[in-house]
Order: sequence, then C-alpha cells, then structure tokens
Amino acid sequence: MSSIVNFLSRTRGKNGPDLTDWLSWFWLLVGTLIVAIPIAWAAVSSLKQPSEIQRFPPSFLPVAPVQIQVEGYDSSLGLWEAEIDGDTRELALIRRIGIQAQMVDPENPGETINVPTSAISPVESLSIAPTNYTDPLERFNFLTYLKNSVFVTTMATILTLLLNSMAAFALSKYKFRGRNAMFIIIISTLMIPLSVVIVPAFLVVVGLNMIDNLWGVILPTIATPTGVFLLRQYMLTIPDELIEAARIDAASEFRIFWRVVLPLTAPALAVLAIFSVIWRWNDFLWPLIVLIRPDNFTLQVGLNAFQGQFTTQWHYILAMTMLSLAPVTVIFVFLQRYITAGIANTGIK
Amino acid sequence: MTQVKSLLGTLVGWLVSIIEIPFNLIERVIGGRRMPWVFMLPNLVIFGVFTFLPIGLLVFYAFTGGTEIVLTDRPFIGLDNFTRLFSCENFLSPYSCRESMFWIAVQNTVWYVLLTVSGMLAVSLITALVLDKITKGRGFFRAVFFYPVLLSPVVVGLVWRWFLDTNGLLNSLLVDIGMERIIFMLDVFWSRFWVIGVSIWFQMGFYTLIILAGLQAIPRDIYEAAAIDGTPRWRVFTNITLPMLMPNLVVVLVLLMIRSVQVFDEAYVLTNGGGPGTANTFLVQYIYETAFASDIRLYGLASAASVAMGVVLLILTLIQLGLAKKAE
Repeated sequence: MSSIVNFLSRTRGKNGPDLTDWLSWFWLLVGTLIVAIPIAWAAVSSLKQPSEIQRFPPSFLPVAPVQIQVEGYDSSLGLWEAEIDGDTRELALIRRIGIQAQMVDPENPGETINVPTSAISPVESLSIAPTNYTDPLERFNFLTYLKNSVFVTTMATILTLLLNSMAAFALSKYKFRGRNAMFIIIISTLMIPLSVVIVPAFLVVVGLNMIDNLWGVILPTIATPTGVFLLRQYMLTIPDELIEAARIDAASEFRIFWRVVLPLTAPALAVLAIFSVIWRWNDFLWPLIVLIRPDNFTLQVGLNAFQGQFTTQWHYILAMTMLSLAPVTVIFVFLQRYITAGIANTGIK
Repeated sequence: MTQVKSLLGTLVGWLVSIIEIPFNLIERVIGGRRMPWVFMLPNLVIFGVFTFLPIGLLVFYAFTGGTEIVLTDRPFIGLDNFTRLFSCENFLSPYSCRESMFWIAVQNTVWYVLLTVSGMLAVSLITALVLDKITKGRGFFRAVFFYPVLLSPVVVGLVWRWFLDTNGLLNSLLVDIGMERIIFMLDVFWSRFWVIGVSIWFQMGFYTLIILAGLQAIPRDIYEAAAIDGTPRWRVFTNITLPMLMPNLVVVLVLLMIRSVQVFDEAYVLTNGGGPGTANTFLVQYIYETAFASDIRLYGLASAASVAMGVVLLILTLIQLGLAKKAE
C-alpha cells in the first residue's frame, strides 16, 4: 500500500508532480480501463443467466431475480421488495392487476396483500449459470472443436520446433556453398503473406488430398521464417568448440544437433514454442477455408460458425469466447516476460 | 509422477531414434559435409510446397477462367480477369466499375489503412513515450497494453461486438449520461469507427513495444546534457527523441501498412461479415468471398485481385527494406 502511495506521489521535479506527470498517469489509467473493461464485461456476462443477459439497462455483475416456493402455490414466485406504510417488506408476487400487485408474505402464505406496482422492486442475488459453459460442450460440438484445436496446436508446435531448429542448425553451424542464399530465400518468405497466395495454396492442399483434414491446417504453418531466424540468431552464439569436441568423439551430426546444440538453444526454443502455440490457437482464415465439416472445425472456426448460426444465444457465445481466451491468458500471465522480451529483441509476432 | 516421467522419457527417446536412425544412415552414405542440406530439407519442402509453388500457381490462376479448382480443367483467358477488375469509368466511384465490389473493398481498405495507421502510430508513440518516462510500473503497464495482441481475432471481434451491442455496456453508459442508445453495428459511420478503434485496441501493444525498445536504445547522457543546458522539454522531443527514433518509426510505419492492407479476421467477426451492407468489406474479404464463399467460385478473379494486393505489399516491403538499409 505504501508503495502505491509512494508511486503515485513520485515527482519529476522538486515542485511536486507537474502537468505531464498527471497527463501520463491519466493516459495509463484510462488505457488500462479501455483494455480491461470490454474483456471483463464479456467475462461477467458469460456467467449470467440466459434470461438476464439481454436485460437493459444491464447489471454489471451476474445477478438474477430471486424465485421462491410459497406454500399453496404450484409455480415458484418472484421475490420483491415492497414499501408499505414506510416499511420495507420482502413479499412474493402472485400477479399484477393493473397498477396493483397482488402479493403474499412467504412467512404467512394465507393472506394476500395488494401493493401499488410503483412501490415494489425485485430482489436480486448473485446468480451464476455454469450451464453456459457445460451446455455447449455437451450439446453442441464444442468439445470436438476444443479437441481439434488442441491437436492442431500441439502437433504444429512440435513440428515447428523440430523443423525450424534443424534448418537453423544447418544455417548457423555449417559452412557450405549456398548457405547465405538459402537463408535469404527462407527469410524472403516473410514477404509472402498467406492472404496473397490463398487460392493456389488451397489448390495445393486439394492436390495433397488434405481438404477438410486437420493436417491440411497444420502442415502449411510448420515452416516459419521467423522461427528459423530466431533460432539461427541464438545458435550463432553457441561456441563452435563444443561441436568440434563432439566430432572428435565421433558423434554423428544428428547426435551433435540433438545432444549438444538443441539443449543449449532451450531459451530460444521456449520463446518460439510460446509464439507457435498462440499463433496456431488463434489461426482463423486458413482453417476457415480448409475445414468444411463441423466435426473438423477448430475452436476459432467453430466459434465463428456458432455465432453466425445462433446470433441470439449470447450466453453460449460468450462462454465459449472465454473458453477460447483462457489458455492464451494463462500463458500470458506466466510467460509474459519471455513474450515481450522475444518481440523487443526480434520484432516478430 | 516419476513413473510418468520415465514413461515420457522412453517415449521421447523412442521418437528420437525414429528420426536419428535414418539421419545416421544418410550421413554414412553422403558424408557429414552434405548433412546441412539434409537438416534443411524438411523446411525447404514445406516452403516449396506451401509458399513458392503457390506463388507460381497464382500467376497461372490469374490468367484462367471457369470455376474449376484443378488447373488443367481451367480455360486460359489471358488478361480477362484483370480487365474485369480494372474496367472502370471513374476509379473513384466504385459503382461505375464492372467489378464494383472489388473497388468498394479497395476504397474501404485505403481509408482503413490511412486512419488505422495514423491512429495506431499516434497511440503507440504516446504510450511508448509515457512508458519510457515512468520509473515504476513500466513492466505492468507494458503487459496490460500487450495482452490484447495475444487474443484471437475471433475473440476480439466477439468481445467488442458484445460490448457495443444494443443492450451492451457502452449503450447503458450512454443512457446513464442522458443520451440515446446507438445501434453501432448498423450505422455506417459508427461501424467503421469501431472497426478502426478495435484494430488499434487489438494491436497497439505490439507497436508500443517496438517503439519503446527504440526509445530505450537512445543514450541517456544525451538527455542529461540537454537538461544541463536547460533545453525546454518539447525541444528535447523534437530535436533529440524524434530524430533518433526515426529509423524505428519508419519500420513500424511500413510494418503497420503491410499488416493493415491485409485486414480481415477481427473486422469480419466484429461486423458480422463486413456490414452494414458493404461498409466494412475489405480486400481480403473480397478475395475470400470471391474464391471460397460464393456459389460461383471465381478462383481466377480472386487470384487476379491477390496479385494486385501482392504487388502493393511487395512495393511496401521494398520501401521498408530500402529505408532499413538507409537507416543502417
């Protein structure tokens, strides 16, 4: 607490915080709110009862009117706060007749009380709907989407790490003719975004018979110029003496790669792994084109299809949005340092 | 736990030997000096098949017609796709064009790029300057602004659509301050405004990070010297910070343009398919819909549009490379 006070009262000059200090803090705090509020709003909304989610004006927290069972009434009744002669009592609403509300005291169900509707307001309590999350996983295809996304992300990341580290190894630890040309060719693929070659890339996947197949989503993504670049730059810092020593011990080239170089590249591999997981988990346009049957959809494509089909089912849409956001958030909370350092050092995303 | 670990160890060891055995065999046949090519091969195959082959095919597609995906079934039609795209009485009014949808998308994209790039640059620069100035809490705020960058475009689109919904939080705030509700996503101006706003919200953390790295690379003693001389702060900014940051800003600018030209995912989800009408239909969506999402799949026309977009991106990339070299 004292550190916060300290922090907020920190000054640039001797004469207390000046205008730019205040403006800076204003900018940062408003910015933080703008980042946080839409996500927080979606998160709390995803917990609301389906009947509450579209209410306007909305309540920020997931609350719902309290329903109670009253002796002598078959269906449950809503609990309302009624003002009678200056007293506030909690009564159950039986029905409205014009501007009169017929109410009953739950403690004393025998007698009905008439109260003007202007004097009553609903009693609300925190009410969370876990079914927003469980229903889509059970009744709709979301469990399948989730499995597909996990499969694509895992496979693509493992293959990305393996293929890119092998190429980076060749480009950093060997001297051979054409090495620089190869490096330039690989880096030049940065200039060819998927959105430009999408039609012919689709044909290639058709030709490989991988349409509507998760491998058709995985394979085109596993060779990444940024990955090769990142790993190569890192491997260049590994001393060649280690490799020479291993060669003298008659280790095979693959063994040198696997046992000597790769363990030393672990920090860069970790950065690439984090990026790869996030990239593949979030991919949208390419899976949207390659995958056709809902059984094969990834979470992103499935979520998009679902929101198009059930536009009014916001309680489900938001719950699944949160489900899709969760793994990335967990990664971010724990590994944020590595991600930001990785970007600042290489400019990749 | 130890059992799981040893099981995993065996599994990995087993997998490695699957790769190791053929590698060692190849090494025995061709010798260690040619091994780098073997290490690069899988990567090159993937690049060859999924990047370089498609570039070659793209040109062929752009010159053929029909609706077949297999190239040999497609009739050669020369420049027809390009003439169809570029036959316009007046390039500034899309409806005078034969392929008016393409020109609407071009126009939307140009406006989007101009406004997003300038907005993003301003917001990221200010944020980076503020983060560079503060002494405590930098890591925290950097993380906060960076978080949206990691989200999926679909999530971003849906989160914001919900926030801007007729019954959403923003409308309830508007009502609280005594204004009328606005159906943002059915209004041409507001939907465009929010598409740009959400793009900035989504990506500004990334550009802030790059600009911040540039700011922190400026030697501190220059500032100290300026402080001793009593140079006013705005002059420090215009005469020291800005010129020294320029190379960094140029990279950010071109990167931003290249990315913004390709806007699709989050705008598509946010506006529920580019609406209202065609107010938010961008180039990539035009290509996607022409090739994959309409009943008549015009792969040739979509390819011709891709070629046009590719040329623009290539020019932007070459500018970036040239400027990067100049900065060195």
